[in-house]
Amino acid sequence: MAIVERHKDELERRAGPQDRAPAVVEFRGVTKHYGTEKAGLTEATFSVQRGEFVFLVGSTGSGKSTLMRLLIKELEPTKGTIKVAGRDLAEVTRRKVPYYRRNIGIVFQDFKLLPNRTVYDNVAYALQVTGHSRKEIRNRVPDILRLTGLSTKLHNYPDQLSGGEQQRVSVARAFVNHPPLLLADEPTGNLDPETSIGIMQLLFRINRTGSTVIVATHDAQMVDRMRRRVIELQRGRIIRDEHSGLYAPRDMNTAEFGALLREPAPAPKRVEKDPIDELWGDEA
Amino acid sequence: MKPGFFVREALRSIGRNAIPSFAAMASVLVTVLVLGVFIPVVQATTGAANEVRGRVLVDVYLQKDATQADIDRVRDRIQSVETAGKVEFVSKAQAYQREKARNPEAYQLLGKNPLPDTFRVTPKKPDDVLKLRDALAPAGVSGGRTPIDESIESVKSSKDESTKILTATRVVKLAMGALAILLVIASVLLISNTIRLSLFSRRREVEVMKLVGATDSFIRWPFVIEGVVLGALGGVLAVLLLAVGKIALVDPLAEDFALIAAPRTIQFGVLAVLLLGASVLVSAAGSGLSLRRFLRV
Ligand SMILES: Nc1ncnc2c1ncn2[C@@H]1O[C@H](COP(=O)(O)OP(=O)(O)OP(=O)(O)O)[C@@H](O)[C@H]1O
Ligand SMILES: [Mg+2]
Repeated sequence: MAIVERHKDELERRAGPQDRAPAVVEFRGVTKHYGTEKAGLTEATFSVQRGEFVFLVGSTGSGKSTLMRLLIKELEPTKGTIKVAGRDLAEVTRRKVPYYRRNIGIVFQDFKLLPNRTVYDNVAYALQVTGHSRKEIRNRVPDILRLTGLSTKLHNYPDQLSGGEQQRVSVARAFVNHPPLLLADEPTGNLDPETSIGIMQLLFRINRTGSTVIVATHDAQMVDRMRRRVIELQRGRIIRDEHSGLYAPRDMNTAEFGALLREPAPAPKRVEKDPIDELWGDEA
Repeated sequence: MKPGFFVREALRSIGRNAIPSFAAMASVLVTVLVLGVFIPVVQATTGAANEVRGRVLVDVYLQKDATQADIDRVRDRIQSVETAGKVEFVSKAQAYQREKARNPEAYQLLGKNPLPDTFRVTPKKPDDVLKLRDALAPAGVSGGRTPIDESIESVKSSKDESTKILTATRVVKLAMGALAILLVIASVLLISNTIRLSLFSRRREVEVMKLVGATDSFIRWPFVIEGVVLGALGGVLAVLLLAVGKIALVDPLAEDFALIAAPRTIQFGVLAVLLLGASVLVSAAGSGLSLRRFLRV
């Protein structure tokens, strides 16, 4: 990417957040204990603005998946509040949870595919749940499967796929609804570098259409190359949160530091139509 | 919401989970078979017991010289007794014909009719037979019995035999009732456990469905329909087997054994409909209810 383009991109990415309240995701003092003692997440406070692309990094067991599971209300926080698009998740009743989850695309670390369904049916299920017509499903599913490189595996069952292929099915299922908020837990964990880049490009493309994307990953190379916001966890605590971050903190060299200083303050900018506005649409 | 989709889902799931589906269907089949055999057997047995109890009666023998007026008066008196049920009159001539047919040689020898006119009185409740006898012929102070009408020669009911019949049939009826209750309990347990096992193996599937945003009813309907289909399949097969068994085994024997031909057994058609309905209902409700526990994700 040419430097000019990158710069423009950067401006676009930074534009707006302050202007467009409320934040898509807001954690305030969130603590999650497993059982009575085991801490999964401790006093996590951060917020993610619309259209942001966030990497969640940290060694294994540091609480990344816990954070994701709290976000989809699979777990309840022990303490603190989580808000999504301005709505406190504690207020979402059990009956409303399914409708809430439909607006979030999730790539699970352990894929969570339905074992008794083919690749095609697994992806189609996400659409059937939301009541899409058969015609729509026939249109959309092959497209997303082509995009994730699964065109030849349509009729295979999950146990007939390699780990990486299962992961791609999981990614396809998360994308197929065009969710305003996309959570990906290790979406490239089992993939070769080339496919990883393909998946990241897909995430990036989705992000550019206005979706907010949060990716938990161990892929240092990818984080370093993409230069997005990075939140680092360590034993359940947030120890670093920086824009254009690297996988591992390192001293900036003078040139980079200078570049950062020269960067002009971004002008506020309003996006006309943002899919996140429809996240709680079912309520109305 | 979308019946077509749910039905397709249910059928696909039966196909993909062939072994648990087969187990569920087989348990319905076995249960319905056992019930289908035992319901008529229980009925026939209690029916036979009741019939035996119905045979307990009091014979009222009239004097040889009783006139038609005497007969009518005695009939009225008997009918006015509270515990008396059916009163059947057997005339001398009728009794003679009946006995002669049964034992021609002996009556050939006798020549003339030695039998009196008789009333056969059935008590309203079999247990009241002795009360009825006492009412018709109260015991006198001397210990003998005096009938309530001078045209009555004697009143007879075998005390020992009656009590034996009554206790024996009561035990049979109670045993059959207990057996029937046990059978129903066993059936419900068997079916609900089979369903629970097959659902348990799919707990993760249900979890994943919930995580991608499926509502409870969206998940539940296919399961319930699956239960209906399996229950109906098991029920139909069992009813077919029962029909074959009835035609091949019971019907030919029925002509030889009074017990099996006892009139009070349920009609086969009614039995079939009852069993089918029960198997469908139980398996549908079973699937729907067992699923509740897994929906809490
Ligand atoms: N269900 C659970 N019960 C008890 N402890 C749990 C449970 N789930 C997670 N933990 C613990 O919570 C901590 C955080 O787990 P988490 O899955 O969030 O880590 P992670 O950052 O996703 O790790 P990884 O990079 O390996 O996926 C770990 O120490 C883990 O052992
Ligand atoms: Mg994890």
